[in-house]
Amino acid sequence: MKVAVTAQGKDLASEIDLRFGRAKYLLVVDTDSNEFEVCDNTVNLNAAQGAGIQTGMNIANLDVEAVITGNVGPNAFKTLDAAKVKIFLAKKCSVQEAIDKMKSGELSEIDNANVEGHWV
Amino acid sequence: MTKKNIKIAVASGKGGTGKTTISTNLARAIAKNRMAAQYLDCDVEEPNGHIFLKPEIQKSKAITIDVPEVDSNKCSGCGKCSDICQYNAIVSLKKIVMTFDQLCHSCGGCKLVCPTSAITDKAKEIGFVDIGVAKEIGFAQGRLNIGDIHTPPLIKQVKKAASSDSVIVIDAPPGTSCPVIEAIKDSDFVVLVTEPTPFGLNDLKLAVGMVRQLQLPFAVVINRSDAGDNEILRYCSKEKIDVALEIRDDIKIAKAYSRGEMIVDVLPNYEDGFTDLFDYIDKNIQLQEKS
Repeated sequence: MKVAVTAQGKDLASEIDLRFGRAKYLLVVDTDSNEFEVCDNTVNLNAAQGAGIQTGMNIANLDVEAVITGNVGPNAFKTLDAAKVKIFLAKKCSVQEAIDKMKSGELSEIDNANVEGHWV
Repeated sequence: MTKKNIKIAVASGKGGTGKTTISTNLARAIAKNRMAAQYLDCDVEEPNGHIFLKPEIQKSKAITIDVPEVDSNKCSGCGKCSDICQYNAIVSLKKIVMTFDQLCHSCGGCKLVCPTSAITDKAKEIGFVDIGVAKEIGFAQGRLNIGDIHTPPLIKQVKKAASSDSVIVIDAPPGTSCPVIEAIKDSDFVVLVTEPTPFGLNDLKLAVGMVRQLQLPFAVVINRSDAGDNEILRYCSKEKIDVALEIRDDIKIAKAYSRGEMIVDVLPNYEDGFTDLFDYIDKNIQLQEKS
């Protein structure tokens, strides 16, 4: 299946970005073949507001089944939920490690935002 | 000749320097000794001028802004609404369109670009404007609903309550961001209230940068002037900024404040200071009109 991972770099060895909305890159990984594509998300890194919503929309347009990230606020959750993208939370690790943990069922799926929103 | 409806905004970079103390007492002193005055509390996130002025509110008006409402039956899912929104307040996920009212700036762009007219305006209440009188002065204040962030549009509505035949004293919010700009932008004069501390100086510099950018005439008032260091005076002299009033650190003022009393009411020896502050501002405005 196709999974988007919020990442600080452009390859599987880079660390995941724990921030959802303001993650620099989105790595779209095929968990069967381990092939991946890089999507630049730097526009949202500098967004005045609504970065979580916009990143959520970008992910929805990538046609992925799930996303792995560190934290998800209420607006980002609402967007991902509407787009029917599953959300898995990971702690500090590499993108590859996050994918492996997901495959072995070590990551928990959330059904609500795990952090509060921040408006400005 | 003194213009009747001059607008004086009382602002500060730092919070807690005494904007409300200065603006309420200034308005009262103008009305007692010079001409009709009206106080507008534009610090709508936490209006507190009413504590001191104890106004009688005659009219309260709910204020709304327009936010988009999407008819999903008419929506084609083209995504133009979400493309044009600079605030990420509307999101199009194919046929599902979601709106985020708190992020919306009511520009109406989404409604304009929607090819199927699926978007209409929906009124969202953001707060209230209260209008009344406080003894000899006119009074108006804004009250932003708890949890709402639409501060500038509410401030705009408070300013619409300005009387055309009074001197208007605007109590601005602290800081140097959008709400302050909205409160002070069309004033004839800005009073920047500060305190003689490193924090006061740091934030005064930001506030001076703001009023210079807006090209508004201004002067500084130093509150609790003998409580800290001399850096504010040094800075003002270097930058050729007038210090129009200094109020010393007087425990009697602190006591009156803690009881919600006006300085001019309980400590009349300070009243001349506020009247002089108005005369200084008035003269300054007249000089500028001549030049």
